[in-house]
Amino acid sequence: MAEKFPVSVIINGQPFSREVESRLLLADFIRQEIGLTGTHVGCEHGVCGACTILFDGAPVRSCIMLAVQADGHDLMTVEGLAESEHKLHPIQQGFWEAHGLQCGFCTPGILMTLVPFLKENPDPSEQEIREAISGNLCRCTGYQHIVQAVQKAAGLMK
Amino acid sequence: MKPAPFEYAAPATLDAALAALEEYGYGAKVLAGGQSLIPAMNFRLMQPPMLVDLNRIPALDYIEPTASGGLRIGGMARHSAVEHSPLVAARAPLLHEAMPHIAHPQIRNRGTIGGSLAHADPAAELPVITIALEARLRLQKRGSERWVDATEFFQYMFTTDIQPNEILTEIDIPPMPKGTGWAFEEFSRRKGDYALAGVAALITVGADGVCHKARLVYLNLGEVPVIAHGAQAILEGEKPHPRLAAEAARRGSEEVEPMGSVHASPEYQRHLARVLTERALIRAFGRAAHG
Repeated sequence: MAEKFPVSVIINGQPFSREVESRLLLADFIRQEIGLTGTHVGCEHGVCGACTILFDGAPVRSCIMLAVQADGHDLMTVEGLAESEHKLHPIQQGFWEAHGLQCGFCTPGILMTLVPFLKENPDPSEQEIREAISGNLCRCTGYQHIVQAVQKAAGLMK
Repeated sequence: MKPAPFEYAAPATLDAALAALEEYGYGAKVLAGGQSLIPAMNFRLMQPPMLVDLNRIPALDYIEPTASGGLRIGGMARHSAVEHSPLVAARAPLLHEAMPHIAHPQIRNRGTIGGSLAHADPAAELPVITIALEARLRLQKRGSERWVDATEFFQYMFTTDIQPNEILTEIDIPPMPKGTGWAFEEFSRRKGDYALAGVAALITVGADGVCHKARLVYLNLGEVPVIAHGAQAILEGEKPHPRLAAEAARRGSEEVEPMGSVHASPEYQRHLARVLTERALIRAFGRAAHG
């Protein structure tokens, strides 16, 4: 049996402790060990951005980090965004209203990229929005509705 | 699970990390930001039997001023910390200008300056910037250390002077001489993609209005960063002028060694080298004149 390492993390405000192999990726830890399947794995080599989560408040790609590296850190996934089942986060509301997704596979990563972006840029230009999501691939929308959704969300957050 | 199994250690001190490398020998790999290493391990292109993770060593993560007016940056300083550091913006504006070109914010939040240099990707920005700035790199192993000029550090594609038992712990950036203008230009198909070509320019103009020193270094136009000695010689001893920029850019584009890829033929990369050099020089001239 491979050696196991203890991992204690806070995810969306809730503490979790597990023992994992060193080679377990953080994205797989979140999905398979914790059961939070909102974080998606697309390319699994750090290109598509679907697995983006907040690591101590900063967006990172969870498919190119090891779970063991998260020990002692504070994470947030897409499940942590909405206030309740009935009240979406303004970014989610913006995507809902502007039809910012089709299949939805890339959406969690895009939302987690945009949460800190909109905090730092409350009134972004279209160019800034396109640059902000340049590390997230979407194969359905052509990005136009995503950009409009972000503009809508920025308005909702004012 | 994507990566093959490996042993793992995350020491809390540099001494412990160096001891682990010494003890494990050739197969151990150092894990810095992991933004290139972990993808390679996910593909199983790399299957290191042992990882020594530096992420639990806070002492390697710093950006400090030096008495001479330069900077010392710890190997584990994240790209995003360097990007947003007012100290870097003030003392190494060329580095500051290049930072946003490195991949995407998600990558810059994890990737480290030491990791990028040790990885030595021909398309990476930092090797070119450290060579242009004539930085020195501190390589430590158990019980000793040595300093290597960035110019000497990069040997081949993905290959540097670093030895298996060494860690790149610090980048020492000398102060920019008075009257120095700078510019960084690159072209990529999409924001954050690897650049098809790029150039860093540093131009030092004296009180007599003459360019005393020029540095032109290219990325992704050779196996390692290419220093355009011929173009630099054209610039040195002359007064900055758009015609001079065009002439040096033409010479620089003849000195590069583009390899071509599915995204760009060598001829196109050479064309980019000329266009980007001219743009960079015009901007660097302007800043030098106002410096």
